[in-house]
Amino acid sequence: MKKITTPISDEVIKDLKVGDGVELSGVMVTARDAAHKWMIETFIKKTRAPQGDDLEVYEKLKTLLNGSVIYHCGPVVSGLDTKDYKFLAAGPTTSIREEPYQADVMKHFNVKGVIGKGGMGAKTLKGCEETPAVYFHAIGGAASFLAQTVINVSDVFKLDFGTPEAMWVIEVKDFPVVVTMDSHGGSQHAVIDESSKKVLDELLAK
Amino acid sequence: MKDLTNEILELIRRTSSSLPPDVEKRLRESIEKEAPGSTARGALETIVKNIELSRAKSTPICQDTGTPIFYVHYPLGWSTIKLKAQIRAAMEDATKKNYMRPNAVDAVYDNNTGNNLGGDDFPYIHFEEIESDDLVIELMLKGGGCENVSRQYSLPDNNVGAGRDLAGVRKVVLDAVQKAQGQGCAPGILGVAIGGDRGSSYIKSKEVMFSEMGTRNDDPKLAELEEQLTKESNEMGIGPMGFGGKTTVLDTKITGLSRLPASYFVSVSYTCWAYRRRKLTIKGEEVIYD
Ligand code: SF4
Repeated sequence: MKKITTPISDEVIKDLKVGDGVELSGVMVTARDAAHKWMIETFIKKTRAPQGDDLEVYEKLKTLLNGSVIYHCGPVVSGLDTKDYKFLAAGPTTSIREEPYQADVMKHFNVKGVIGKGGMGAKTLKGCEETPAVYFHAIGGAASFLAQTVINVSDVFKLDFGTPEAMWVIEVKDFPVVVTMDSHGGSQHAVIDESSKKVLDELLAK
Repeated sequence: MKDLTNEILELIRRTSSSLPPDVEKRLRESIEKEAPGSTARGALETIVKNIELSRAKSTPICQDTGTPIFYVHYPLGWSTIKLKAQIRAAMEDATKKNYMRPNAVDAVYDNNTGNNLGGDDFPYIHFEEIESDDLVIELMLKGGGCENVSRQYSLPDNNVGAGRDLAGVRKVVLDAVQKAQGQGCAPGILGVAIGGDRGSSYIKSKEVMFSEMGTRNDDPKLAELEEQLTKESNEMGIGPMGFGGKTTVLDTKITGLSRLPASYFVSVSYTCWAYRRRKLTIKGEEVIYD
Protein backbone atom coordinates (compact mmCIF):
# COMPACT_ATOMS: atom_id res chain seq x y z
CA MET A 1 0.00 0.00 0.00
CA LYS A 2 1.52 3.33 -1.10
CA LYS A 3 1.05 6.42 1.02
CA ILE A 4 0.53 9.69 -0.83
CA THR A 5 -0.15 13.18 0.52
CA THR A 6 -1.64 16.12 -1.40
CA PRO A 7 -0.45 18.24 -3.15
CA ILE A 8 0.80 15.50 -5.48
CA SER A 9 3.60 15.93 -8.02
CA ASP A 10 3.47 14.75 -11.64
CA GLU A 11 6.28 12.26 -10.92
CA VAL A 12 4.27 10.55 -8.20
CA ILE A 13 1.22 10.38 -10.48
CA LYS A 14 3.18 8.92 -13.38
CA ASP A 15 4.52 6.26 -11.06
CA LEU A 16 1.01 4.99 -10.29
CA LYS A 17 -0.34 2.02 -12.24
CA VAL A 18 -3.73 0.35 -12.47
CA GLY A 19 -4.23 -1.97 -9.49
CA ASP A 20 -2.08 0.02 -7.04
CA GLY A 21 -3.55 0.38 -3.57
CA VAL A 22 -3.02 3.84 -2.10
CA GLU A 23 -3.69 5.57 1.21
CA LEU A 24 -4.32 9.25 0.59
CA SER A 25 -3.75 12.03 3.10
CA GLY A 26 -4.06 15.81 2.93
CA VAL A 27 -6.57 18.36 1.71
CA MET A 28 -9.14 17.56 -0.99
CA VAL A 29 -12.45 18.98 -2.19
CA THR A 30 -15.77 17.21 -2.79
CA ALA A 31 -17.65 17.97 -5.99
CA ARG A 32 -20.43 16.24 -7.82
CA ASP A 33 -22.98 17.07 -10.50
CA ALA A 34 -24.01 20.62 -9.59
CA ALA A 35 -20.44 21.69 -8.77
CA HIS A 36 -18.98 20.28 -11.99
CA LYS A 37 -21.67 21.90 -14.10
CA TRP A 38 -21.12 25.19 -12.27
CA MET A 39 -17.32 25.10 -12.72
CA ILE A 40 -17.59 24.32 -16.43
CA GLU A 41 -20.29 26.88 -17.22
CA THR A 42 -18.96 29.73 -15.11
CA PHE A 43 -15.17 29.46 -15.40
CA ILE A 44 -14.17 27.08 -18.17
CA LYS A 45 -16.68 27.50 -21.01
CA LYS A 46 -17.91 30.82 -19.57
CA THR A 47 -21.46 30.36 -20.85
CA ARG A 48 -22.87 31.72 -17.61
CA ALA A 49 -21.90 34.98 -15.93
CA PRO A 50 -20.41 34.70 -12.41
CA GLN A 51 -22.91 35.56 -9.70
CA GLY A 52 -22.83 36.13 -5.95
CA ASP A 53 -19.60 34.79 -4.45
CA ASP A 54 -18.63 32.84 -7.58
CA LEU A 55 -15.39 34.71 -8.32
CA GLU A 56 -14.27 34.66 -4.73
CA VAL A 57 -14.79 30.90 -4.55
CA TYR A 58 -13.01 30.46 -7.87
CA GLU A 59 -9.87 32.13 -6.53
CA LYS A 60 -9.86 29.83 -3.52
CA LEU A 61 -10.49 26.76 -5.65
CA LYS A 62 -7.57 27.59 -7.94
CA THR A 63 -5.22 27.28 -4.99
CA LEU A 64 -6.97 24.38 -3.28
CA LEU A 65 -7.32 22.18 -6.36
CA ASN A 66 -3.85 22.77 -7.75
CA GLY A 67 -2.07 19.42 -7.27
CA SER A 68 -4.94 18.13 -5.20
CA VAL A 69 -7.83 15.71 -5.56
CA ILE A 70 -11.57 16.00 -6.27
CA TYR A 71 -13.78 13.58 -4.40
CA HIS A 72 -17.12 12.56 -5.95
CA CYS A 73 -19.09 12.46 -2.75
CA GLY A 74 -22.35 13.78 -1.31
CA PRO A 75 -21.78 13.37 2.42
CA VAL A 76 -24.03 13.25 5.46
CA VAL A 77 -22.79 16.14 7.59
CA SER A 78 -23.63 17.10 11.16
CA GLY A 79 -23.36 20.60 12.63
CA LEU A 80 -25.14 22.37 9.81
CA ASP A 81 -26.77 24.79 12.29
CA THR A 82 -23.65 25.48 14.38
CA LYS A 83 -21.21 25.38 11.43
CA ASP A 84 -19.15 22.95 13.46
CA TYR A 85 -19.17 20.49 10.57
CA LYS A 86 -18.42 16.82 10.89
CA PHE A 87 -18.65 14.10 8.23
CA LEU A 88 -20.79 11.20 9.43
CA ALA A 89 -21.07 9.23 6.22
CA ALA A 90 -18.98 9.94 3.18
CA GLY A 91 -18.56 7.21 0.58
CA PRO A 92 -18.04 7.79 -3.13
CA THR A 93 -20.84 8.44 -5.60
CA THR A 94 -21.05 7.19 -9.20
CA SER A 95 -18.41 9.03 -11.21
CA ILE A 96 -19.59 8.48 -14.74
CA ARG A 97 -22.10 11.33 -14.37
CA GLU A 98 -19.14 13.75 -14.47
CA GLU A 99 -17.77 12.26 -17.69
CA PRO A 100 -18.77 15.27 -19.83
CA TYR A 101 -16.95 17.66 -17.47
CA GLN A 102 -14.12 15.82 -15.73
CA ALA A 103 -11.26 16.06 -18.20
CA ASP A 104 -11.71 19.81 -18.65
CA VAL A 105 -11.96 20.43 -14.91
CA MET A 106 -8.82 18.38 -14.24
CA LYS A 107 -6.81 20.25 -16.85
CA HIS A 108 -8.13 23.70 -15.88
CA PHE A 109 -7.33 23.38 -12.18
CA ASN A 110 -4.37 20.94 -12.49
CA VAL A 111 -6.21 18.34 -10.44
CA LYS A 112 -4.02 15.26 -9.90
CA GLY A 113 -6.73 12.76 -9.17
CA VAL A 114 -10.42 12.13 -8.81
CA ILE A 115 -11.89 9.72 -6.29
CA GLY A 116 -15.18 8.05 -7.02
CA LYS A 117 -16.77 4.77 -7.85
CA GLY A 118 -17.61 2.83 -10.99
CA GLY A 119 -14.82 4.33 -13.08
CA MET A 120 -15.03 6.78 -15.97
CA GLY A 121 -14.90 6.76 -19.75
CA ALA A 122 -12.56 7.44 -22.64
CA LYS A 123 -12.67 11.25 -22.37
CA THR A 124 -11.54 11.22 -18.76
CA LEU A 125 -8.92 8.56 -19.48
CA LYS A 126 -7.46 10.87 -22.11
CA GLY A 127 -7.64 13.73 -19.60
CA CYS A 128 -5.65 11.56 -17.16
CA GLU A 129 -2.89 11.21 -19.76
CA GLU A 130 -2.82 14.88 -20.62
CA THR A 131 -3.00 16.43 -17.12
CA PRO A 132 -1.44 13.95 -15.89
CA ALA A 133 -3.81 12.54 -13.30
CA VAL A 134 -5.31 9.25 -12.13
CA TYR A 135 -8.69 7.87 -11.14
CA PHE A 136 -8.84 6.51 -7.61
CA HIS A 137 -11.63 4.03 -6.87
CA ALA A 138 -12.96 4.12 -3.31
CA ILE A 139 -15.12 1.42 -1.76
CA GLY A 140 -18.71 2.28 -2.64
CA GLY A 141 -21.03 2.24 0.33
CA ALA A 142 -18.26 2.21 2.95
CA ALA A 143 -19.52 5.56 4.16
CA SER A 144 -19.07 5.38 7.92
CA PHE A 145 -15.62 3.89 7.53
CA LEU A 146 -14.48 6.51 5.04
CA ALA A 147 -15.97 9.35 7.11
CA GLN A 148 -13.59 8.31 9.88
CA THR A 149 -10.63 9.14 7.68
CA VAL A 150 -11.91 12.72 7.35
CA ILE A 151 -10.10 14.40 10.22
CA ASN A 152 -11.15 17.97 9.49
CA VAL A 153 -13.81 19.85 7.54
CA SER A 154 -12.18 23.22 6.98
CA ASP A 155 -14.59 25.00 4.65
CA VAL A 156 -17.63 24.65 2.46
CA PHE A 157 -18.57 26.42 -0.76
CA LYS A 158 -21.89 26.57 -2.57
CA LEU A 159 -23.93 25.20 0.29
CA ASP A 160 -26.96 26.54 -1.59
CA PHE A 161 -26.57 23.53 -3.93
CA GLY A 162 -27.71 21.41 -0.95
CA THR A 163 -25.57 19.37 1.48
CA PRO A 164 -24.76 16.52 -0.96
CA GLU A 165 -23.92 18.85 -3.85
CA ALA A 166 -21.93 21.50 -1.97
CA MET A 167 -18.12 21.64 -2.27
CA TRP A 168 -16.65 20.56 1.04
CA VAL A 169 -12.98 21.22 1.76
CA ILE A 170 -11.73 18.33 3.86
CA GLU A 171 -8.53 16.97 5.27
CA VAL A 172 -8.17 13.20 5.25
CA LYS A 173 -5.75 10.74 6.74
CA ASP A 174 -5.06 7.34 5.16
CA PHE A 175 -8.10 7.32 2.92
CA PRO A 176 -7.96 3.90 1.13
CA VAL A 177 -8.35 3.79 -2.66
CA VAL A 178 -7.33 1.66 -5.64
CA VAL A 179 -5.97 3.15 -8.87
CA THR A 180 -8.29 1.90 -11.62
CA MET A 181 -7.32 4.41 -14.34
CA ASP A 182 -3.75 5.61 -14.66
CA SER A 183 -1.96 8.34 -16.60
CA HIS A 184 -0.63 5.85 -19.17
CA GLY A 185 -3.98 4.93 -20.72
CA GLY A 186 -4.58 1.94 -18.47
CA SER A 187 -8.15 1.32 -17.29
CA GLN A 188 -9.17 -1.59 -15.10
CA HIS A 189 -12.78 -0.86 -16.05
CA ALA A 190 -12.15 -1.37 -19.76
CA VAL A 191 -10.28 -4.61 -19.03
CA ILE A 192 -13.01 -6.08 -16.81
CA ASP A 193 -15.73 -4.91 -19.17
CA GLU A 194 -14.06 -6.78 -22.00
CA SER A 195 -13.26 -9.97 -20.11
CA SER A 196 -16.77 -10.19 -18.61
CA LYS A 197 -18.29 -9.60 -22.05
CA LYS A 198 -16.37 -12.58 -23.36
CA VAL A 199 -17.76 -14.81 -20.61
CA LEU A 200 -21.25 -13.41 -21.20
CA ASP A 201 -21.06 -14.24 -24.90
CA GLU A 202 -20.07 -17.80 -24.03
CA LEU A 203 -22.94 -18.10 -21.56
CA LEU A 204 -25.43 -16.70 -24.06
CA ALA A 205 -24.28 -19.16 -26.70
CA LYS A 206 -25.19 -22.08 -24.40
CA MET B 1 -54.95 3.88 17.50
CA LYS B 2 -51.44 4.13 18.79
CA ASP B 3 -49.09 6.88 17.53
CA LEU B 4 -46.12 5.04 15.99
CA THR B 5 -43.93 7.99 15.00
CA ASN B 6 -41.17 7.10 17.47
CA GLU B 7 -41.24 3.42 16.60
CA ILE B 8 -41.00 4.24 12.91
CA LEU B 9 -38.12 6.60 13.63
CA GLU B 10 -36.32 3.72 15.34
CA LEU B 11 -37.10 1.50 12.34
CA ILE B 12 -35.46 4.08 10.07
CA ARG B 13 -32.41 4.34 12.33
CA ARG B 14 -31.96 0.59 12.35
CA THR B 15 -32.45 0.25 8.62
CA SER B 16 -29.98 2.97 7.78
CA SER B 17 -27.25 1.99 10.23
CA SER B 18 -27.52 -1.74 10.85
CA LEU B 19 -27.30 -4.14 7.91
CA PRO B 20 -29.53 -7.24 8.28
CA PRO B 21 -27.61 -10.27 9.63
CA ASP B 22 -28.38 -12.51 6.64
CA VAL B 23 -26.80 -9.99 4.25
CA GLU B 24 -23.80 -9.47 6.49
CA LYS B 25 -23.29 -13.23 6.74
CA ARG B 26 -23.17 -13.60 2.95
CA LEU B 27 -20.64 -10.78 2.70
CA ARG B 28 -18.41 -12.33 5.35
CA GLU B 29 -18.56 -15.72 3.62
CA SER B 30 -17.57 -14.19 0.32
CA ILE B 31 -14.31 -12.78 1.76
CA GLU B 32 -12.91 -16.30 1.95
CA LYS B 33 -13.59 -16.86 -1.73
CA GLU B 34 -11.33 -14.02 -2.82
CA ALA B 35 -7.56 -14.40 -3.08
CA PRO B 36 -5.53 -13.09 -0.13
CA GLY B 37 -4.07 -9.67 -0.88
CA SER B 38 -6.40 -9.08 -3.85
CA THR B 39 -8.19 -5.76 -4.27
CA ALA B 40 -11.46 -7.72 -4.29
CA ARG B 41 -10.74 -9.12 -0.86
CA GLY B 42 -9.60 -5.72 0.39
CA ALA B 43 -12.88 -4.20 -0.78
CA LEU B 44 -14.95 -6.82 1.05
CA GLU B 45 -12.91 -6.41 4.21
CA THR B 46 -13.49 -2.66 4.14
CA ILE B 47 -17.21 -3.28 3.60
CA VAL B 48 -17.39 -5.51 6.67
CA LYS B 49 -15.48 -2.98 8.78
CA ASN B 50 -17.92 -0.35 7.63
CA ILE B 51 -20.91 -2.49 8.62
CA GLU B 52 -19.52 -2.91 12.13
CA LEU B 53 -18.69 0.76 12.50
CA SER B 54 -22.02 2.13 11.34
CA ARG B 55 -23.90 -0.23 13.61
CA ALA B 56 -21.77 0.75 16.61
CA LYS B 57 -22.07 4.48 15.94
CA SER B 58 -25.62 4.65 14.54
CA THR B 59 -24.33 6.37 11.42
CA PRO B 60 -25.63 5.60 7.93
CA ILE B 61 -24.05 2.52 6.34
CA CYS B 62 -23.95 4.49 3.11
CA GLN B 63 -24.22 8.25 2.67
CA ASP B 64 -26.80 7.61 -0.03
CA THR B 65 -29.60 6.67 2.31
CA GLY B 66 -31.64 5.77 -0.73
CA THR B 67 -35.28 5.86 -1.68
CA PRO B 68 -37.33 4.99 1.39
CA ILE B 69 -39.78 2.24 0.41
CA PHE B 70 -42.33 1.30 3.07
CA TYR B 71 -44.61 -1.73 2.97
CA VAL B 72 -47.29 -1.47 5.60
CA HIS B 73 -49.35 -4.60 6.31
CA TYR B 74 -52.18 -3.47 8.56
CA PRO B 75 -55.07 -5.23 10.24
CA LEU B 76 -58.60 -3.85 10.06
CA GLY B 77 -59.03 -0.77 12.24
CA TRP B 78 -55.82 1.12 11.47
CA SER B 79 -56.06 4.39 9.59
CA THR B 80 -53.75 4.57 6.59
CA ILE B 81 -54.11 8.35 6.57
CA LYS B 82 -52.72 8.54 10.10
CA LEU B 83 -50.02 5.95 9.44
CA LYS B 84 -48.87 7.88 6.42
CA ALA B 85 -48.67 11.10 8.43
CA GLN B 86 -46.65 9.28 11.12
CA ILE B 87 -44.26 7.81 8.56
CA ARG B 88 -43.72 11.26 7.08
CA ALA B 89 -43.15 12.83 10.50
CA ALA B 90 -40.66 10.09 11.40
CA MET B 91 -38.83 10.60 8.10
CA GLU B 92 -38.44 14.30 8.78
CA ASP B 93 -37.12 13.57 12.25
CA ALA B 94 -34.72 10.92 10.96
CA THR B 95 -33.28 13.47 8.56
CA LYS B 96 -32.73 15.97 11.39
CA LYS B 97 -30.97 13.27 13.37
CA ASN B 98 -28.75 12.44 10.37
CA TYR B 99 -29.99 8.87 10.06
CA MET B 100 -31.05 9.97 6.58
CA ARG B 101 -29.37 12.33 4.14
CA PRO B 102 -31.72 14.92 2.61
CA ASN B 103 -32.53 12.92 -0.51
CA ALA B 104 -35.71 14.28 -2.07
CA VAL B 105 -34.95 16.54 -5.02
CA ASP B 106 -37.74 18.20 -6.98
CA ALA B 107 -37.20 16.87 -10.49
CA VAL B 108 -38.65 19.95 -12.18
CA TYR B 109 -37.12 22.77 -10.13
CA ASP B 110 -34.05 20.86 -8.91
CA ASN B 111 -34.25 21.98 -5.29
CA ASN B 112 -33.64 19.56 -2.44
CA THR B 113 -36.53 19.72 0.05
CA GLY B 114 -34.07 19.14 2.89
CA ASN B 115 -36.31 16.82 4.90
CA ASN B 116 -36.78 13.73 2.72
CA LEU B 117 -40.38 14.65 2.04
CA GLY B 118 -41.16 15.06 -1.61
CA GLY B 119 -44.60 15.03 -3.15
CA ASP B 120 -47.02 12.30 -2.33
CA ASP B 121 -44.64 9.54 -3.48
CA PHE B 122 -41.55 10.31 -1.44
CA PRO B 123 -41.23 8.35 0.78
CA TYR B 124 -42.92 5.61 -1.21
CA ILE B 125 -45.55 3.81 0.90
CA HIS B 126 -47.50 0.71 -0.03
CA PHE B 127 -50.48 -0.19 2.17
CA GLU B 128 -51.95 -3.68 2.28
CA GLU B 129 -54.77 -4.71 4.61
CA ILE B 130 -54.17 -8.16 6.04
CA GLU B 131 -56.12 -10.72 8.04
CA SER B 132 -54.01 -10.66 11.15
CA ASP B 133 -53.94 -8.89 14.50
CA ASP B 134 -50.38 -7.64 14.02
CA LEU B 135 -49.28 -4.55 12.17
CA VAL B 136 -46.06 -5.04 10.21
CA ILE B 137 -44.05 -2.21 8.67
CA GLU B 138 -41.19 -3.14 6.38
CA LEU B 139 -38.69 -0.58 5.17
CA MET B 140 -36.17 -0.82 2.36
CA LEU B 141 -33.68 1.96 1.66
CA LYS B 142 -32.91 1.49 -1.99
CA GLY B 143 -29.67 3.05 -3.21
CA GLY B 144 -29.56 5.31 -6.25
CA GLY B 145 -26.35 4.08 -7.87
CA CYS B 146 -27.69 0.54 -8.07
CA GLU B 147 -31.12 1.76 -9.15
CA ASN B 148 -29.42 3.42 -12.11
CA VAL B 149 -28.09 0.07 -13.35
CA SER B 150 -31.43 -1.71 -12.98
CA ARG B 151 -32.96 -2.62 -16.34
CA GLN B 152 -36.17 -3.63 -17.98
CA TYR B 153 -36.35 -5.79 -21.10
CA SER B 154 -39.24 -6.36 -23.46
CA LEU B 155 -38.96 -9.87 -24.87
CA PRO B 156 -38.16 -10.98 -27.49
CA ASP B 157 -34.89 -9.06 -27.28
CA ASN B 158 -32.89 -9.46 -30.45
CA ASN B 159 -29.70 -7.88 -29.12
CA VAL B 160 -29.33 -10.64 -26.58
CA GLY B 161 -31.16 -13.30 -28.57
CA ALA B 162 -33.74 -13.76 -25.83
CA GLY B 163 -37.12 -15.33 -26.58
CA ARG B 164 -40.29 -15.38 -24.48
CA ASP B 165 -39.40 -18.17 -22.09
CA LEU B 166 -37.23 -18.83 -19.05
CA ALA B 167 -34.20 -19.37 -21.28
CA GLY B 168 -34.76 -15.82 -22.56
CA VAL B 169 -35.17 -14.53 -19.02
CA ARG B 170 -31.81 -16.06 -18.10
CA LYS B 171 -30.14 -14.31 -21.02
CA VAL B 172 -31.41 -10.81 -20.28
CA VAL B 173 -30.61 -11.07 -16.57
CA LEU B 174 -27.03 -12.06 -17.35
CA ASP B 175 -26.86 -9.18 -19.82
CA ALA B 176 -28.03 -6.77 -17.12
CA VAL B 177 -25.33 -8.01 -14.73
CA GLN B 178 -22.60 -7.58 -17.34
CA LYS B 179 -23.80 -4.09 -18.21
CA ALA B 180 -23.95 -3.09 -14.54
CA GLN B 181 -20.27 -3.95 -14.03
CA GLY B 182 -19.30 -2.66 -10.56
CA GLN B 183 -21.38 0.49 -10.85
CA GLY B 184 -24.19 -0.63 -8.57
CA CYS B 185 -21.63 -1.16 -5.80
CA ALA B 186 -21.17 -4.86 -6.45
CA PRO B 187 -21.56 -7.39 -4.95
CA GLY B 188 -25.26 -6.94 -5.53
CA ILE B 189 -28.54 -8.75 -5.10
CA LEU B 190 -30.88 -9.27 -8.06
CA GLY B 191 -34.65 -8.92 -7.87
CA VAL B 192 -36.30 -10.18 -11.04
CA ALA B 193 -39.94 -9.92 -12.07
CA ILE B 194 -41.23 -11.75 -15.14
CA GLY B 195 -44.42 -10.37 -16.68
CA GLY B 196 -46.75 -7.61 -15.52
CA ASP B 197 -46.90 -4.23 -17.18
CA ARG B 198 -43.85 -1.98 -17.07
CA GLY B 199 -44.93 -0.42 -13.77
CA SER B 200 -46.06 -3.49 -11.80
CA SER B 201 -43.09 -5.44 -13.10
CA TYR B 202 -40.56 -3.02 -11.62
CA ILE B 203 -42.47 -2.79 -8.34
CA LYS B 204 -42.58 -6.57 -7.93
CA SER B 205 -38.90 -6.87 -8.76
CA LYS B 206 -38.22 -4.80 -5.64
CA GLU B 207 -40.87 -6.44 -3.49
CA VAL B 208 -39.37 -9.88 -4.08
CA MET B 209 -36.17 -8.71 -2.42
CA PHE B 210 -37.79 -8.33 0.99
CA SER B 211 -37.44 -12.10 1.52
CA GLU B 212 -34.41 -13.47 3.33
CA MET B 213 -31.16 -14.26 1.56
CA GLY B 214 -30.98 -17.87 0.44
CA THR B 215 -34.73 -18.54 0.55
CA ARG B 216 -35.90 -19.90 -2.79
CA ASN B 217 -39.05 -19.48 -4.82
CA ASP B 218 -41.64 -22.24 -4.14
CA ASP B 219 -41.74 -23.07 -7.82
CA PRO B 220 -38.83 -25.48 -8.44
CA LYS B 221 -38.27 -24.12 -11.95
CA LEU B 222 -37.80 -20.57 -10.66
CA ALA B 223 -35.79 -21.79 -7.67
CA GLU B 224 -33.38 -23.48 -10.04
CA LEU B 225 -33.09 -20.39 -12.21
CA GLU B 226 -32.35 -18.27 -9.13
CA GLU B 227 -29.42 -20.52 -8.22
CA GLN B 228 -28.18 -20.68 -11.79
CA LEU B 229 -28.24 -16.91 -12.27
CA THR B 230 -26.25 -16.26 -9.12
CA LYS B 231 -23.66 -18.84 -10.17
CA GLU B 232 -23.35 -17.70 -13.77
CA SER B 233 -23.22 -14.02 -12.81
CA ASN B 234 -20.25 -14.79 -10.62
CA GLU B 235 -18.51 -16.59 -13.47
CA MET B 236 -18.21 -13.27 -15.28
CA GLY B 237 -15.46 -12.18 -12.90
CA ILE B 238 -16.65 -8.62 -12.36
CA GLY B 239 -16.06 -8.80 -8.62
CA PRO B 240 -16.58 -6.34 -5.74
CA MET B 241 -16.71 -2.76 -7.07
CA GLY B 242 -15.87 -4.15 -10.52
CA PHE B 243 -12.25 -4.68 -9.43
CA GLY B 244 -12.39 -8.24 -10.79
CA GLY B 245 -13.01 -11.25 -8.55
CA LYS B 246 -15.38 -14.05 -7.73
CA THR B 247 -18.09 -12.17 -5.83
CA THR B 248 -20.41 -10.21 -8.10
CA VAL B 249 -23.91 -11.31 -7.09
CA LEU B 250 -24.81 -12.51 -3.58
CA ASP B 251 -28.27 -13.84 -4.35
CA THR B 252 -31.07 -13.77 -6.95
CA LYS B 253 -34.82 -13.57 -6.28
CA ILE B 254 -37.38 -14.17 -9.01
CA THR B 255 -41.12 -13.73 -9.10
CA GLY B 256 -43.56 -14.51 -11.89
CA LEU B 257 -46.59 -12.29 -12.63
CA SER B 258 -49.44 -12.39 -15.08
CA ARG B 259 -48.86 -10.61 -18.36
CA LEU B 260 -50.91 -9.54 -21.34
CA PRO B 261 -50.64 -11.86 -24.33
CA ALA B 262 -48.97 -8.96 -26.15
CA SER B 263 -46.25 -8.20 -23.58
CA TYR B 264 -43.41 -10.06 -21.92
CA PHE B 265 -41.41 -7.82 -19.61
CA VAL B 266 -38.46 -8.83 -17.51
CA SER B 267 -37.45 -6.30 -14.85
CA VAL B 268 -34.10 -6.63 -13.15
CA SER B 269 -33.73 -4.57 -9.99
CA TYR B 270 -30.15 -4.40 -8.83
CA THR B 271 -29.46 -3.71 -5.17
CA CYS B 272 -26.01 -2.89 -3.89
CA TRP B 273 -24.39 -4.86 -1.06
CA ALA B 274 -25.77 -2.14 1.26
CA TYR B 275 -29.07 -3.96 1.11
CA ARG B 276 -30.90 -2.14 3.88
CA ARG B 277 -34.23 -3.64 4.85
CA ARG B 278 -35.74 -3.95 8.30
CA LYS B 279 -39.06 -4.80 9.87
CA LEU B 280 -41.20 -3.48 12.72
CA THR B 281 -44.04 -5.53 14.18
CA ILE B 282 -46.72 -4.21 16.54
CA LYS B 283 -48.27 -7.11 18.43
CA GLY B 284 -50.80 -5.62 20.81
CA GLU B 285 -48.71 -3.61 23.26
CA GLU B 286 -45.51 -5.26 22.15
CA VAL B 287 -43.08 -3.58 19.72
CA ILE B 288 -40.74 -5.97 17.92
CA TYR B 289 -37.81 -5.04 15.67
CA ASP B 290 -36.22 -7.76 13.56
S1 SF4 C 1 -25.22 1.89 -4.81
FE1 SF4 C 1 -25.66 1.45 -2.65
S2 SF4 C 1 -23.70 1.26 -1.60
FE2 SF4 C 1 -23.37 2.26 -3.58
S3 SF4 C 1 -23.41 4.44 -3.11
FE3 SF4 C 1 -25.47 3.86 -3.75
S4 SF4 C 1 -26.56 3.30 -1.87
FE4 SF4 C 1 -24.39 3.36 -1.41
